[in-house]
Amino acid sequence: MLIYALKRLRSLVLSLLVASVVIFAVIEVVPGDPAAFMLGINAQEDTIAALREELGLNLSVYQRYFNWVGGLLSGDFGISYTYRSPVAEIVTERLWVSLPLAAYALSLTVLLAFPAGILAASRRGSVTDLSVMGFTQLGVAIPNFWFAMLMVLAFAINLRWFSAGGFPGWDEGFWISMKSLTLPAIALALPQASILARVMRSSLLDTLGEDYVRTCRAKGLSKAQALWRHALRNALIPVLTIIGLQFSFLLAGAIIIENVFFLPGLGRLVFQSISQRDLIVVESVVMLLVFAVILVNFAVDIAYALVDPRLRRGR
Amino acid sequence: MAEKSILRLALSSRNLIIGLALSLVFVIAGLLSFLWTPYDVTMLDIPSRFQTPSAAHWLGTDHFGRDILSMIMVGARTSIAVALVAVGIGMGLGVPLGLAAAARKDSLLDDLIMRGNDLVFAFPSLLIAILITAVFGPSALNAIIAIGVFNIPVFARLVRGAALSLWTLDYVLSARVAGKGAARISFEHILPNVANLLIVQGTIQFSLGILAEASLSYVGLGAQPPIPSWGRMLADSQTMISLAPHMALFPGLAIVLTVLGLNLAGDGLRDLFDPKLRKART
Repeated sequence: MLIYALKRLRSLVLSLLVASVVIFAVIEVVPGDPAAFMLGINAQEDTIAALREELGLNLSVYQRYFNWVGGLLSGDFGISYTYRSPVAEIVTERLWVSLPLAAYALSLTVLLAFPAGILAASRRGSVTDLSVMGFTQLGVAIPNFWFAMLMVLAFAINLRWFSAGGFPGWDEGFWISMKSLTLPAIALALPQASILARVMRSSLLDTLGEDYVRTCRAKGLSKAQALWRHALRNALIPVLTIIGLQFSFLLAGAIIIENVFFLPGLGRLVFQSISQRDLIVVESVVMLLVFAVILVNFAVDIAYALVDPRLRRGR
Repeated sequence: MAEKSILRLALSSRNLIIGLALSLVFVIAGLLSFLWTPYDVTMLDIPSRFQTPSAAHWLGTDHFGRDILSMIMVGARTSIAVALVAVGIGMGLGVPLGLAAAARKDSLLDDLIMRGNDLVFAFPSLLIAILITAVFGPSALNAIIAIGVFNIPVFARLVRGAALSLWTLDYVLSARVAGKGAARISFEHILPNVANLLIVQGTIQFSLGILAEASLSYVGLGAQPPIPSWGRMLADSQTMISLAPHMALFPGLAIVLTVLGLNLAGDGLRDLFDPKLRKART
């Protein structure tokens, strides 16, 4: 197990290294002069030169890359050109919206998908199964930002149960803040719950067809007992893997939804930074999100190997 | 299996028929828009703005008085073209990479290709799009590149996985004995046998491409005005949703129905090409 974990760790470090090179190259090398790019076409030469000096662009590409990576490792993401404050501070502030939103959406995903998937699998071929599958098919096809807009129309504008957007801040109270994250979390959760319910159903159907479940039934267990006591636990392995991967999707998917609801999270920060050409912020946030995805994938791999010994032996 | 019975199976597949019919409606609408639309989508008609659906404007008008049906028709070709070319990029680069990785299993090339795939997978597709558009500027072309790049590892992995099992089969061994090289075997023997998988996955990636294009256009990183796109229509409607909900309803429905159609068609094709299912039916 230790060798397997070390191999995955090596792969994680390698992926992070290559990702950092790619992001650095795309943001800082491809546009030519990042200072000129950030200031736009009407900028004066001396202003560009001052920004070049401020950003350390007079150093060689290698020096800049190592300075950037060194900074990331020590928690120094640089200074935002637009906000004139450390990127790390801005990002931490925004994470307090994006992370709870992703966690909230993931909880809703599980709460919706588990009962739906189990119900559909336990009543395979019935009207319930067909309805669940129909809904999930629709859930996968609906763009989450459009669903978000329809929810705003129904629950914020017409019924006035929720606000149409914005975030009051955690200082205003936990429930008020959670309420303002509810519609965005539902919008994010819908497609993921549809995918997860389908995985849950198919995994449970596979497990229900296994010999040991048939043996349980032959020994006198009811269908429900066989499902809850034996099949479900084994069916959860692929489901948990998908849940792990979905967390990173939710974090990245929030980029769009945060814009629909004007939430001051990482996603909105990215778009604001793009429109303001604040490449330092874009670079750091993209690297942070990629780091989160790679880290979650690593954790999923390790968790999977822990519950399924065949995998670590096979590798 | 005879072509006749495949056709019969295809015609008996409800998913495939409904899915293809739904998708075709929008493909035809997009193609038709090159020749004709009920109204000119570039013509502003302010006095007619915010009209609800009527005999003159079947799906109503937007905040500039433009006909929504005409915009959906032109938007269809934007969405479909972006998604189709992105799938083409994914297949065009991903399939040869997957074939090469399988042909040289466990070699440095295989390792490089698969680690490269892992790396692209580590970037959520939206982030790739953001990175590309942040630097090169928002446009339909950059949206195509962004979506296409993410399609490459999907096809590479799929083809590699399927090809690996085919390389152990007798007819491939015979081809090797006959002196055929890895590249020739890959294209003459492996590729035709993974074509079914590619068609099914292509349909799925096509539908994901439509969703991705809509998302990018919605946040202003896809096709730029005056080219109509479904995502941009939704973005325009957002601030006016209480005043003119039809502006948000119809472009959204166009996306849902197209994606639903493609997903159903993909499911139908998978059922059709699945030998186990086919055997069970015949």
